[in-house]
Amino acid sequence: MKIIFTLLCALLLSTSVLSKEATPVARDPVTEARLIDLAKDMRCLVCQNESLAASDADLAKDLREEIRQLIAQGKTDKQITDYMVQRYGNFIRYKPPVDATTYALWFGPFLLLLVALGVLIVVVKKRNKQEEEAPLSAQQQQQASELLGE
Amino acid sequence: MRKSINLWYAIPLLVFVGLVAFMGLGLRHDPHEVPSPLINQSAPDFTLPQLGNNQTLSPRDFLGQVWLLNVWASWCVSCRDEHPILLKFARDYKVPLIGLDYKDRPQDGEGWVTNYGNPYTKIAVDLDGRVGINYGVYGVPETYVIDKKGVIRYKQIGPITDDALKNTILPLIKDLQQ
Repeated sequence: MKIIFTLLCALLLSTSVLSKEATPVARDPVTEARLIDLAKDMRCLVCQNESLAASDADLAKDLREEIRQLIAQGKTDKQITDYMVQRYGNFIRYKPPVDATTYALWFGPFLLLLVALGVLIVVVKKRNKQEEEAPLSAQQQQQASELLGE
Repeated sequence: MRKSINLWYAIPLLVFVGLVAFMGLGLRHDPHEVPSPLINQSAPDFTLPQLGNNQTLSPRDFLGQVWLLNVWASWCVSCRDEHPILLKFARDYKVPLIGLDYKDRPQDGEGWVTNYGNPYTKIAVDLDGRVGINYGVYGVPETYVIDKKGVIRYKQIGPITDDALKNTILPLIKDLQQ
């Protein structure tokens, strides 16, 4: 009897300990999926090489909670992104918007590609021209055929 | 013909020099100083309890004055570096210096001002950091200079240095007070 009682106590104790270790809130998987989707395109401002979705910084946790609440309020993705940009600026976005300050960023690579293509075309054309530019004179031709004929 | 070929060869060198120049500029730029989009915007409104008494505090209380909002916390290491400068500022100038005790237990915040001295005119307690989020706080300490109309005119990210106080903040305050 005593043993059974002790075991029962131990069992009760262990479940209470276990239940404390579990996550306190069962979170809505749809909200979480949207949260991750939004937060992976945002930069954590504390550890700047991590996304808001991946970062373990305190601020990142707070901001994820903030996004959860905004989702719960029925805000659209754009409204949530705007909310963040209003506070932390475009720096928080891994995909900055296309505007006057980011034209160089968005179109610079294509411009460089075009320039490189232009250079390539000019160089190749020049090289072809140089090869064509060396026709043999009549005398050289004769010499050549004489040499070959021997 | 020969001359133009030589010019072509100079292009990679020019590109390289350009690249080095850009990278050199990049080195001077501190990526931890993110320009705040709140500059020249109204300071976000809030009503928070004060530290050490049961009154509340709101930015509206300071309309008509130029004031500083200093975000700090007892757990913040660089706030300790900044503290003597704040104390000196409070002694030398009659500009309201409002503290925002950010994500800090009130008893810890009170311990801080008791131990190290209190430079603040008033201190608001932002227990859950929501007000901090509205102000775009991401690295404590941060200090906002707010003008008479309640518009944020400057944000100091990280501790106020002697240099920043003398060359940026004080001239700006003087300018805004006129």
